[in-house]
Amino acid sequence: MNPGHTRTLRGRAAVVGIGETEYLRHGQASEPEFVLALRAILTACRDAGIDPGRIDGFTSYSNDRNLPSRLASAIGVDELRYSSMVWGGGGGGVGGAVSNAAMAIATGMADCVVAFRALAQGQFGRFGQVRAGSVGVTDEAAFTLPYGLGSPAQQYAMRFQRWVHDHQGRGLAAQRAVALASYHHAQTNPRAVMNGRPLTGEAYDASRWIVEPWRLYDCCQENDGAAAMILVPAEAAPDMSDAPVFVLGAAQGSDGRFIAPVHNAPRYATANFSTVAPRMWAMAGIGPRDVDCVQSYENFTGGVVMSLVEHGFASAEEVDDMLAFERLIAPGGALPLNTSGGNLAEAYMHGFGLHNEAIRQLRGSSCNQIPGAKVVAVTGGPMVGYVSDVVYGSEDTL
Amino acid sequence: MTSRSETWVLPGGGPRPEPTGLDAPFWAALGEHRLVVQRCSACQAWRFGPEHLCPDCRSFDYSWEEVPPVGVVYSWERVWHPAQPALSTAVPYVVLLVEIPAAGGVRMLGNLVGDPLADVVIGQPVTGVFEDHDSYTLLQWERA
Ligand SMILES: [Zn+2]
Repeated sequence: MNPGHTRTLRGRAAVVGIGETEYLRHGQASEPEFVLALRAILTACRDAGIDPGRIDGFTSYSNDRNLPSRLASAIGVDELRYSSMVWGGGGGGVGGAVSNAAMAIATGMADCVVAFRALAQGQFGRFGQVRAGSVGVTDEAAFTLPYGLGSPAQQYAMRFQRWVHDHQGRGLAAQRAVALASYHHAQTNPRAVMNGRPLTGEAYDASRWIVEPWRLYDCCQENDGAAAMILVPAEAAPDMSDAPVFVLGAAQGSDGRFIAPVHNAPRYATANFSTVAPRMWAMAGIGPRDVDCVQSYENFTGGVVMSLVEHGFASAEEVDDMLAFERLIAPGGALPLNTSGGNLAEAYMHGFGLHNEAIRQLRGSSCNQIPGAKVVAVTGGPMVGYVSDVVYGSEDTL
Repeated sequence: MTSRSETWVLPGGGPRPEPTGLDAPFWAALGEHRLVVQRCSACQAWRFGPEHLCPDCRSFDYSWEEVPPVGVVYSWERVWHPAQPALSTAVPYVVLLVEIPAAGGVRMLGNLVGDPLADVVIGQPVTGVFEDHDSYTLLQWERA
């Protein structure tokens, strides 16, 4: 073992390119999902100023259907040296895809890795739909679906309801503010599907329940599109980019028995970051106070509230004050949140848009730029069985 | 009484439990209007839903023990947007997560019997109601 190496990803890999396709409402993509993936990757290469043939690795998550071997052939890369998949649905693996790319680079497995996600629901069907008809269901589903609990909203609302109870009714005002903040930021983001469709507090309050305690605007949209990011060794980055962005810390995983069968997790009322978030902060050597803004995965707003508490951005006791709308808004808020509009109002790319927005903030090119932003944290996948975090920094945070 | 089959909380026609080798004793007991919960033969820990391996002591040996269908509301949700076509006319309905004190505090899901718009309170005691369908029985809950 080389004693000069500590076991960390801090500062080892840099993001030098980001890209995405146009974001569309679900089912509206006119091209196959595979083509969306290719377009996002090529856009990221152009942003990085690299020949796509240099790509030698691909990472993704959520059982993405676009296989690295197929992408490598289609793009015509010189050689493929690495690929990895973070298991599990939803966006819990989004940060894991980025940190797996960084790990491959840090260990010399690859030199130019694309992390990506592509979604075309017209081609492959929507999420959250439960099989129709009187079908036999087994295992976990046998104990949930016959009672009308099936969709992701129905699975997770139960966890947040208990959290609200454990904290004397707190968190409901905060989740409202989370929804309003995402929609607010989308209004200046031309990429956002909800651009031009602002959300008022009155409209939020009047919106229909999906599953209490969540209304329509507490729930993410579903979208078609693709997004990608290019990572290279940190030492190569300054020659490739005027504003390289570095992975300062990352963590992925879960509480030990978070998905114990039929909602029997010992630590139930959480977003599942209780062990993951501290590991990310420890690797980065910083904490929530050092962050200029946070991009926090919204599948459902209550999950964001729990996530932010578990990352130390707010205390449960003061959550509704600390996560008040004015505090969540860029550029002046104390804790700007989801500054591109996030999953709720930019697009639901299973959280990949949140990562690209973190890079834009650190390059100074966000639509809701925080002046001088140096550190941005991105959380992925609250309440799902496997979650992941990345905190990025600009060159002067190394 | 804890037996009442004339009314169903949710209409039939949706997904129905299909027993497996692991959980067949549970469903068979519900059909007899009894609640049984899995228990580790080595360390006596209760567990639910059914698992092959005891996560506490890693023994594969277990038994099923009968417990009274009596619980406490641990969490709940009121569903307004059905994700299953068969439930499109059944909303709103309430799903409860019920803790069973007599079985080490294991939790199980079920529907609230009665007015779906009435207040639901975490900590509320509830009693099991065995709901017979053509080929299976569900365990539902009413306020104690
Ligand atoms: Zn045991």
